[in-house]
Formats: sequence, C-alpha cells, structure tokens
Amino acid sequence: MSIVSENVAAGDLVAAVTRLKADGWRLVTLTSVELDETNMEILYHFDKNLEMKNLRLAATKDGKVPSISGVLFTAFLVENEIRDQFGVIFDGLVLDYQGKLLNETVQTGATSPFCRYQVKKAETKEAQ
Amino acid sequence: MARATIPFGPQHPVLPEPIHLSLVVEDEKVVEALPTIGYVHRGLEMLAAKRDYNQMIQVVERVCGICSMIHSLCYCQGLEEMMGVEVPRRARMLRVVWSELHRLHSHLLWLGLFADSFGFESLFMQLWKIREKVMDLNEATTGNRVIVSVNVVGGVRADLDEAQIRWIKDTLVEVEASIRSLQSTIMNDSTVCKRTVGVGVLTKQAAYDLGAAGPMLRGSGVAQDMRQLKYAGFDEIAFEPIVETSGDCWARSTVRFRESLQSIDLVRQALDRLDGSELAAKVKGKPEGEVITRVEQPRGECLYYLKGNGDKFLQRVRIRTPTFANIPPLAAILPGLDFADVPVVVLSIDPCISCTER
Repeated sequence: MSIVSENVAAGDLVAAVTRLKADGWRLVTLTSVELDETNMEILYHFDKNLEMKNLRLAATKDGKVPSISGVLFTAFLVENEIRDQFGVIFDGLVLDYQGKLLNETVQTGATSPFCRYQVKKAETKEAQ
Repeated sequence: MARATIPFGPQHPVLPEPIHLSLVVEDEKVVEALPTIGYVHRGLEMLAAKRDYNQMIQVVERVCGICSMIHSLCYCQGLEEMMGVEVPRRARMLRVVWSELHRLHSHLLWLGLFADSFGFESLFMQLWKIREKVMDLNEATTGNRVIVSVNVVGGVRADLDEAQIRWIKDTLVEVEASIRSLQSTIMNDSTVCKRTVGVGVLTKQAAYDLGAAGPMLRGSGVAQDMRQLKYAGFDEIAFEPIVETSGDCWARSTVRFRESLQSIDLVRQALDRLDGSELAAKVKGKPEGEVITRVEQPRGECLYYLKGNGDKFLQRVRIRTPTFANIPPLAAILPGLDFADVPVVVLSIDPCISCTER
C-alpha cells in the first residue's frame, strides 16, 4: 500500500504549489522521509474539502530544495524544522532560522539529529 | 514613536508550557512577532527506530497528555488501514466515547485557562470543577485520568458494562446542566466580551491560506472538521461541524464552548450504538507500505504519516499536530494588536506545546 502522490522536480515545485493554491488547495504539512544514507524525499500534503493531494520531491541530505514559504507562508515553520532535524536546506525561506529553530539544536550544536542512518552510525561508533 | 523588542515567554503566566515570541512593539502596538520553539522538544518521532509498532502506541499517547487518546486512535487507525484490519463496531463506538470525553475535558480545561487569562478567576474555578467529573469518568472506566491507554492496533483494550454506561449518562446530564449554566457568562458577560470581541481577528481567507486548524479555523467561518471523514464510529453518528464567523477570540471561545456540549451528545449517540461485537480484531503480519491518516483533536486536525517496510519497526512516523499548524496564523494576527491583548490572543489558539514539541 502506498499513498497517491505526484512526483515533482525541484525546478517545478514552486510553480506546482502556486497552481494548487490558486485551485483552492490548503497546505496541511510537509513530511521528510529518509530513504538511505544519502537520499530523502519530501512529501507536500494538501487538502481541499477533506480530500488530499500529495506532491513527492526527491532530495539529498545536506542538499538544497526550493522553499515554498514565499507562496504559502505557513510552510516556513515546518521547513525550518526539517532543516534542523534532517539537514535539508530550503532555498528562499521567508523566515530562515539558519538551522536554529529548535532550542535543542542551538544548545547542542547537533546537526540533522533525526537522520536514522546517522544515528545508527553514531551508535555503532559508540559500541566500538 | 519608540520601538522596542519585548520577549514574551518562554515563561509567562498564561503559558502552561514554554514557547517564545519575540514581539517588536511601537509604543503599545505590536508590529512584528517571531516565534521560537524547541524548549522541550523530545524527538518522539525518532523513537520509531527503537520501539516496535505496538510499543509506539505508548509513545504517541505521550505526544500530548490531554489528547493522548486521540493520538493513539490516529496512529492505530493508520496501522489498521495499512495492515487491512477491520475494527469491530463496539470498539469503534468506544473510541468515539473516550475521544469525545477527551475533547470535553480539554475544552473545559481551556475555557478555564482562558477565563484565567483575563482575570476571571471564579469562572476558571467553576469550569475546572465541572471538568473533574469528566476526569472521574475517565479514571473509573480506563484506570487513568489523562493518559487512558485504551487503544490497541485492531480495537480497544477496555470495555464498559451496563452500570458504567448508565453512570456515564447520568454524569453527563449533570455536566451538561453545569456547562449550560455558564453559557450566558462565557458568551455575553461584559467582562468577557470586552477582552474577546473584535480582538485577534483572523479572516476566513487568512485562516484557510495560513493552514489554521480546529476551532481556530472554524471560528473564522470555515466548516472543516476531520470528524466529517467519518473515522472510528462517526460513520453512524450524526455530526455537523460547529462554526462561528467573526474570527476573533470570542468566536474561538464560543466554538469550543459549543463543541463541549456537542461532545456530550456524541458520547450519548456512541453509547446507544454499542453492540455485542468483539473489542479488538486479530492482527497478523507486520506493517508494510505508507499511509496518511487524520483525526480531529480538541485543537484541530492531526495528521499521521506512517511508513513501514515489513519490519516490526516503522521506517517513519510523522506527526503533524494542530498547534504546530496554528503558530503561523498566530504570528500573522499579532501585528496590529495592543500589547495588553497578546496574552489573551496567544491563549485563544489553545496552544499545546507538548504536541508541538513531539
């Protein structure tokens, strides 16, 4: 089972989101999913009259993807959170916390602490 | 005109939990608001890598105490959809009973805190006194007042006998009468109206565009409630979202007040539909695939994205909570307000930082 989604290229993302907004779709949230040690995907969830539409964007860790916060202001918070937790940088964020949205990342200096592959690596290292 | 930056929070008398707002003011007017979170972030989503999918129920219940039952309901129904499990009717109705009792005690708690935010102490105490009766129902029927832990993948682990059903119905008669006795105070009292009417207005279009959720959205005139998706037992229960149109603090408060009474009605409807079916279906296999599932929490729409790869550990658990969605609209409505109104407006979104800092 997998969710119905539409693949979108980074270069087309902002235009696709602008079209959805014009058609009356509301942004619910973004989901970042770690696929392997280098690759991720970001899902953009939209809602209109209780129906959902999802865009799927391929991304790499520590890579850049375009921010949609210029089109949908509400995205700024979750984009900053994804940067704090997974290290993905959003280009053109209207409110950019520079990887310091969450106090824990400010206090500990941790980068992308939510990446399970990195966590596993760190645990293996500790065990050795 | 004097311009200054004033920190609001993370510790503030109206905030039960820490969030920081950096408020730029010109004299007494707010001109800019910048939120900062992360003071109590716990990384619960990441625990999916270390807790199997059944153990994760206890984790998601602790995303937030006050809507713990609805968090686990959302998580379990996502797994049930992924694993093709059909939940028995009795379990679906019991899920409605406990989730609406949660909404009821959450709204009563918030209404009390809201009264407290503008100094109406006696109203605060009366609302919390009523709430105690609902907490007693939770404790007597599940063993816990707040984190009731009734959901399992496939159904529920607790049941109600005839005596308990009668007692719940009798108690709800008292609770309803007590709530109704406060209606004119909450909705019409001049002290309340002075602090809430026309304050912190979020227009219908702005609420929609900024992704507002729950009473914040419905208080601005958008008739959207995830219970319209007919999850759990809502497919058999008469339900219409409660909407107010003025978009101010009064509207958000009134939506929650009316929803408290509606929850009582929904509990009664669900209790009347309890049949003799099982409490839980058998679950086989391990979760594989991805699913999105949504429910309506007291503070609004909650979304879970779950991804499994056939292992007992889920590959990804993503939780989007309503307060997280309501922070951008809050940041948008604060500019233009009098500084003295900020605490009331902040509280009017019913901020649950525990949810936000999952």
